[in-house]
Amino acid sequence: MTVPRRLAALWAAAWLVLAGQALAAEPIKIGLVLPLTGGSAAYGEMALMGIRLAQAQGGQALGRPVELVLVDNKSDKVESSNAVNRLIQRDHVVAILGPLSSSEALAAAPVAEAAGVPLVTAWATNPLVTQGRVYIFRTCFIDPFQGGVAASFAVNHLKVKTAAVLFDVGRDYSVGLANFFKKSFASLGGQVVATVQYSEGDQDFSPQLMAIKAKDPEIIYLPGYLPEEPLVVRQARELGIKAPFLSGDAAQSDELIKIGGQAVEGLYFTTHFDEGGVTTPQGRQYAQAYRQKYGKAPDALGALGFDAYLLLLDAIGRAGSTQAQAVVKALETTKGFAGVCGLTDIVAHDAVKPAVILQVKEGEFVYVATVKP
Amino acid sequence: MDGAQLLQQIINGLTLGSLYALIAIGYTMVYGILRLINFAHGDVLMVGCYLAWFGAVQFGLPWWAALMGSMALTALLGVLIDQGAYRPLRSAPRISALITAIGVSFFLENLGLVVFGGRPKAFERPEIFNQLYQIGDLRVLSHSVWVPIITALVLAGLLWMIYRTRLGMAMRALSRDLVTVQLMGIDTNRVVAVTFALGSALAAAGGIFWAMKYPQINPLMGVLPGLKAFVAAVLGGIGNVVGAVLGGLMLGFGEIMLVALWPELAGYRDALAFVLLIGFLLFRPSGILGQELPS
Repeated sequence: MTVPRRLAALWAAAWLVLAGQALAAEPIKIGLVLPLTGGSAAYGEMALMGIRLAQAQGGQALGRPVELVLVDNKSDKVESSNAVNRLIQRDHVVAILGPLSSSEALAAAPVAEAAGVPLVTAWATNPLVTQGRVYIFRTCFIDPFQGGVAASFAVNHLKVKTAAVLFDVGRDYSVGLANFFKKSFASLGGQVVATVQYSEGDQDFSPQLMAIKAKDPEIIYLPGYLPEEPLVVRQARELGIKAPFLSGDAAQSDELIKIGGQAVEGLYFTTHFDEGGVTTPQGRQYAQAYRQKYGKAPDALGALGFDAYLLLLDAIGRAGSTQAQAVVKALETTKGFAGVCGLTDIVAHDAVKPAVILQVKEGEFVYVATVKP
Repeated sequence: MDGAQLLQQIINGLTLGSLYALIAIGYTMVYGILRLINFAHGDVLMVGCYLAWFGAVQFGLPWWAALMGSMALTALLGVLIDQGAYRPLRSAPRISALITAIGVSFFLENLGLVVFGGRPKAFERPEIFNQLYQIGDLRVLSHSVWVPIITALVLAGLLWMIYRTRLGMAMRALSRDLVTVQLMGIDTNRVVAVTFALGSALAAAGGIFWAMKYPQINPLMGVLPGLKAFVAAVLGGIGNVVGAVLGGLMLGFGEIMLVALWPELAGYRDALAFVLLIGFLLFRPSGILGQELPS
């Protein structure tokens, strides 16, 4: 009898060890919603490149591996809420990263909120995304800040007194930034002489630009997006408009320079990150790792994605579990998270962090200034 | 708005209008002959642009060679689409062919996304179209001078073909009664194939000139020009090539003037095109030049 008993004990012990391992190895599933096709595909790709780098550095939380479930939202609002629904219902993710643009995030946020799954967007800058919500967070600055930075840069640094605003009426990002810029510019003593709209997908902007030309502003604020933005600037130059352009963070893409060419020279924009403005060791390491892996200068969307991924893992680690309430609590109390884009505090579900101003010079993005919150 | 600015807006309107017209010609020709609204026209246009881009950028061809090569390959694509998607439905109800056309459109868009990727690519404007003429405050791109000329030449060539050649006669006969024409011993499949080849080549040409003006291409670039060309074709009287040119000019001019006169309405610019479309469909479905349909 002793031999079978011993065998049984051995079997039981082996079973316990193996089961324990299986439990420990159970991956933490995190959803990732990005536009990988459609008009914003360039942005989605940039964001993903940063997240892939972060994954290589921190593939674990709570001693368990992290599995990213990537869903393409086709740059579409409806597809964004579908994607979030799918991630929650079918993949049972514990948290979601994304989506990217404000319009996409505004469509996706209510779904995650209703299901009680934490959603962290690293890129959507419109303030309404997180407002009044319990489970929605963001790790980038918001548009009232970005619009204010642009206005104060125009008034204090460029010393202009008149501005025209040209924005995309179909994007929450563009509408929001245009309004916040106008408000700040006026309160700083500037005068907005023209406000003109265009729509997502437009390719001809000549009448809008002629309306602006008639008012002869000293600067044109264009919180544009790909693929329209470089076309707007090219057509402006062809119509003989010489005023400089000032844009938001969506300007930061290779396509702006490739398509805009000579026309986008001198364009200024506010953004989240630039190699030239790096202050933290994390930032320097990131820039180096990025150049090594992709062979080009790091961009803001990638840096934001990198930070958001690690910030979320950090919160899950501090929460000590993947339970939604605990993760929310940990996210809410994030303070001084040392990321690539500088130190980040989460205040009222939004990130407070510095903005960077860049300019296009000889086909490169050149660092101009950092503005602290 | 002073005189120079008004003149500049008029020039901009004519530029946009003649681009719409160039694209609408191919659209309306296919409809006129086959009674098929080819919703994939805009996406065929997109494929044409990518082919030209590959020719010019990857193989370093001069622009005219890239244009010709792209037109030839796009013509082939048009024939393949007809063979694969439309021919099996030749005797089916017209609505089936229409829905198939929408399917082809989605197929091409998504194929484009997979093959070419979603990131927009820069499209070079050849030197000859990139001269900027400056007269006082007026600025005209040489592209804006050439496009109306090319549109007029294409229109003349097409009219000659339709009304002066045997092939054109077969096309016109076919548009009246497919079955009878077949009974008369005409190879209708060949005539239809030629129609598609021609329509697709024209789409490629229209798209390439469009991309020269708005110098970037992406897999969804054909959607808006395609829709606008459809509106232009309906305004002019769908099936009528002269009407398509008139409709295109009217639409381009109207869009620009709406924003020029009321800049605060700029956001409603695309709405104007579709309000015009609905208005025409309600009150004058046969368009400006179309004949009244017998009831």
